Amino acid sequence: MKARVTVTLKTGVLDPQGKAIEGALKSLGVEGIGSVRQGKVFDLEIADMDRAAAEAAIKAACEKLLANTVVENYRIDIA
Amino acid sequence: MKAAVIVFPGSNRERDIAYALELTSGQKPALVWHGDRDLPAGTDLVVLPGGFSYGDYLRCGAIAARATVMDAVRAHAARGGLVLGVCNGFQILCEAGLLPGVLMRNAQLKFIARNIHLKVERSDTPFTRRYNAGAVIEVPVAHGEGNFIADAETVAKLEGEGRVVFRYCDAAGQVTADANINGATNAIAGIVSENRRVLGMMPHPENHVDPAIGSTDGRGLFESLAEALQTA
Repeated sequence: MKARVTVTLKTGVLDPQGKAIEGALKSLGVEGIGSVRQGKVFDLEIADMDRAAAEAAIKAACEKLLANTVVENYRIDIA
Repeated sequence: MKAAVIVFPGSNRERDIAYALELTSGQKPALVWHGDRDLPAGTDLVVLPGGFSYGDYLRCGAIAARATVMDAVRAHAARGGLVLGVCNGFQILCEAGLLPGVLMRNAQLKFIARNIHLKVERSDTPFTRRYNAGAVIEVPVAHGEGNFIADAETVAKLEGEGRVVFRYCDAAGQVTADANINGATNAIAGIVSENRRVLGMMPHPENHVDPAIGSTDGRGLFESLAEALQTA
């Protein structure tokens, strides 16, 4: 089983890196991109277990380490 | 004073901290490796030094905050033991949940390495008793992620309980937007825990302790600790 965890900054948290990328895109002449927020993607290989157990394990991974829930949200997609 | 300075892979200020502690207390601190389970018996002060623990992988301080030795540091803090985290040490304390909030990328995106001014907001902590409240000190900063952020409720609580100990200011002690080098919420440079026994700060007082460097403005912090532990 594979899973993907996407970690993004919560709404309202300033993202200076996203802003810098936004500026770079503008200077490259790429039109039509209003704003950029940067996040992280983690691809996980999951050991053989049922889906509910996998979900619980990945949620624990997110809460304990992958995301800092003070400023970040996470989304889990199990393939 | 029986101080323990924790060394993580990538820490690089542990010797500066050890020098400052020995200079002010006359006692050599123990250097404790991140994989150790226990602190030396009788440890009364734990210091998390600056640096780039684990190469700042994932988030600054995130991996170090989950290191084996941190259980012992948590237990020390829970007993009311003193903990000081400087720079990366502050980031580790936030990631470990020993202090609230998080240190984000500097608002201007630049790594800042220079002397700055700090306003000492209170003198009634074990870390600042040798300063006068309102004093302005000059100490260096060296960080790319020092922009303190917390939710509005947490910030209100920190301010309401008087837990902001250091703020970025100008040479005259004015807390201005220009003096807030990294964009931190309310220009916060250092905060203490609810029981005022755990301090996290971004600037480096340990680098201004020796007259040979040209400033001893940071010395008061280490003298405060030495005094607090002597009279305890």
